[in-house]
Amino acid sequence: MKVVRISDDALALACGADDVAAAFEAAGCTVERVSSWGMHWLEPLAEIDGKGFGPLAAGDVAAVLSGTSAKAIGAIEDHPFIARQQRFTFARAGKTRPLSLEDYAAHGGWQGLAKAREIGGAATIAQVTESGLRGRGGAGFPAGIKWNTVAGAVADQKYIVCNADEGDSATFADRMVMEGDPFMLIEGMAIAALAVGALHGYVYIRSEYPHAIAKMEAAVRASAHLVAPFVLEVRVGAGAYVCGEETSLLNSLEGKRGEVRAKPPLPALEGLFGKPTVVNNVLTLAAVPWIMANGAAAYAAVGFGRSKGTMPIQIAGNVKHGGLFEVGFGVTLGELVMTVGGGTASGRPVRAVQVGGPLGAYHPPADFHLPFDYEAFAEAEGLIGHAGITVFDDSADMSAQARFAMNFCAVESCGKCTPCRIGSTRGVELIDRIRARSGRSADKVEALLQMHNARKAERSLGDEIALLEDLCETMKFGSLCALGGFTPYPVLSALRHWPEDFGAPAEREAAV
Amino acid sequence: MDNIQQIIATHAGREGPLLPILHDVQAEFGHISEEAIRTIAAALNLSRADVHGVVSFYHDFHEAVEPRAVLKLCRAEACQARGVEALAAGLVDNPRVKVEAIYCLGLCSVGPNAMVGDKVHARLDAAKLGALVEQLA
Repeated sequence: MKVVRISDDALALACGADDVAAAFEAAGCTVERVSSWGMHWLEPLAEIDGKGFGPLAAGDVAAVLSGTSAKAIGAIEDHPFIARQQRFTFARAGKTRPLSLEDYAAHGGWQGLAKAREIGGAATIAQVTESGLRGRGGAGFPAGIKWNTVAGAVADQKYIVCNADEGDSATFADRMVMEGDPFMLIEGMAIAALAVGALHGYVYIRSEYPHAIAKMEAAVRASAHLVAPFVLEVRVGAGAYVCGEETSLLNSLEGKRGEVRAKPPLPALEGLFGKPTVVNNVLTLAAVPWIMANGAAAYAAVGFGRSKGTMPIQIAGNVKHGGLFEVGFGVTLGELVMTVGGGTASGRPVRAVQVGGPLGAYHPPADFHLPFDYEAFAEAEGLIGHAGITVFDDSADMSAQARFAMNFCAVESCGKCTPCRIGSTRGVELIDRIRARSGRSADKVEALLQMHNARKAERSLGDEIALLEDLCETMKFGSLCALGGFTPYPVLSALRHWPEDFGAPAEREAAV
Repeated sequence: MDNIQQIIATHAGREGPLLPILHDVQAEFGHISEEAIRTIAAALNLSRADVHGVVSFYHDFHEAVEPRAVLKLCRAEACQARGVEALAAGLVDNPRVKVEAIYCLGLCSVGPNAMVGDKVHARLDAAKLGALVEQLA
C-alpha cells in the first residue's frame, strides 16, 4: 500500500490538506500526517516515496496516483528551495510525525538533553555561549550570557519561560516549530532548565494559534517522563500583541494586565513571580538541542560577523515562493526576495520589503545588497527582528503603511508609558493630515491668549513632516519597550525612502 | 454560578490562575459578566477592579455576549500585501456575521487569511470570503 505524507500544520489545513488526505485514503493509500516542509506555495504538498506533488486539491489525487499529475515537483530534498537551505532547527521538517516520540528519537531527538545531562549545567552554558547563539525574538541578546545570569542568581525557585507569543506579521517559524516539532522545543527548555537549575517552565502561546496550543499540550503530556523532574506547562495568551514583550508576558503569566515593566530589574534576576527567569523565544530554545548534540563549534562555524549559526527566515506577503527558509546569517535580502522568493506573486515589481514584522523598517530594492545580520540591518536603520520578510509590489501606498504602523501601535499599546500610548494616536492624526494635505491651524484652545507656548501659525506640509519626525524621535528614545520604541522604524523608513507618498517631492522641498 | 466555582476549583493551586480561569469562563459563557468578575475576585482574593482591569485589557475577553457569528479576518501587513484591504472593502455587510480584524494568524505566505472558531482559511478571494460569510449567517 502506498504511503502518502501530508502535513497537518495549520497552514496546510487552511489550504485544504484534510480534503486531500481524505481523497488519498479513499483511493486506498495510507496517509501519514507529518510536519510541513515549509514550501508554502506548494501546500497542500503530498510526498510519495520522496517525490512531491503540490499544491493539490482533492480532485488531483487520481492523476497523482496514476503518475500523470502536472503538479509533480520531483524529489523534495532536491528542490532548489530546500537544497539551498542549511537546516539545523528545521532538520526534521517534513520528515517526522509531530507527536510521535518514536519519530523524534529516530531523527536525533533527545541527544542534546542527554549530552547536557552528561556534562552538567556549567558546561552546557559554556557550550551555548561558545555557539554564539543570540536571542531569536528580535533583540539578539546572547543566550549564554542570559543563562549564566540566571544560573548565578540565588533563589529557592527559578523559571524557564518560552515566549511563543509570535504576533509579528510575516512570522510563522515559532508556529511551525510548535506544530511540527514540539519535542524539540521541550528538549531545548529542559536543557535550559538543567543549565540554570530551574524546575518549572511555561510556554506562553498566543491564542491565535489553536493548533500550536493543542500540539504543545499533547507533546508536553507525552514527554513529561522524559524531562522530569522539570515540569512544563502551556499557558495561553489572550490577544494582546504587547505580551510578546518579555516583561509584559511575565505580567500576563502572573495573571495581570500585560503591562510592560521597567528594566532593571532584569527578568534574569527578578522575573516571573519575582524569581530569576530565563525568557527566550521559541527559536532560541529550539536551536539549543542541535547545538548540544553537534557541538558549539559546528554551530558557530556558520554565520556572518557577530551573528552566528542559522536563522529560520520567513518569506511572506506578496511573494511567489513564500515559506520557511533556514540558512546561515549573511544571505542578502535581494537573494531572499528575488532568488529564493522568486519576486512578487502578482508579477509586478517589488516596491518595498518590510523586515522584522510590524516594528521593522521598510526597505526599498536599493537595500537588496544588505546581508542578513543583526548589525548590518541596524546600520541601515532597520532590524531583522524575528526574521519575517513581507514583500509588497508597486501598488503599495507607503504613507498608508506608515499610518497602519502608528495605528497598530495605538491599538496594541499597553498604556504604561506616554510616548507610546499618546504618541501613537497623535502619530495617526498627523499622518492622516499629511495624507489629506489638510494642514493644521491652531484650535480653539491653542488660540487662547493664555496658551503662550502653543503655536498660532498654520502648519505647512513641511512643518507637519518635521513634527512627525520629532514625534518618532520621542517615541524611539522615550518608550519603555520595543512597541513604542520601534514603531518609528516603519514610519520613518517609509518617509525616508518614499517621500513622494507623503506629498509631492517639489511641494515638500519647497516647504522645507 | 456553580459553573464558575467549578472552573475556579479546576485551576486552584496553579500559579497565576487568573488568565486560565478567564479563558474558561469566556469559552463557557461567551462573555465575562459583572457577576463572574465578582465571584472570581472573591475566590482569588483580588479586588473587582483588578479583575476588571485584566478582563478589559485583553482583546479575547468580552464583557457582553456577541450575538452574531464571528469571522476573524487578518488585516496585518503580510495579508495587506496580498490584497486583504480590497477584499474587506468589497465585503457585503451581513447583519448576522461580525467580521472582526485580527492581527496575524501566522499563515503569512498564503494570505489573505481568516479564522472561524478554531478553523483557519487561506488564499481567500472575494468569492471564498463571501461563501464563508454566507455559511456563518
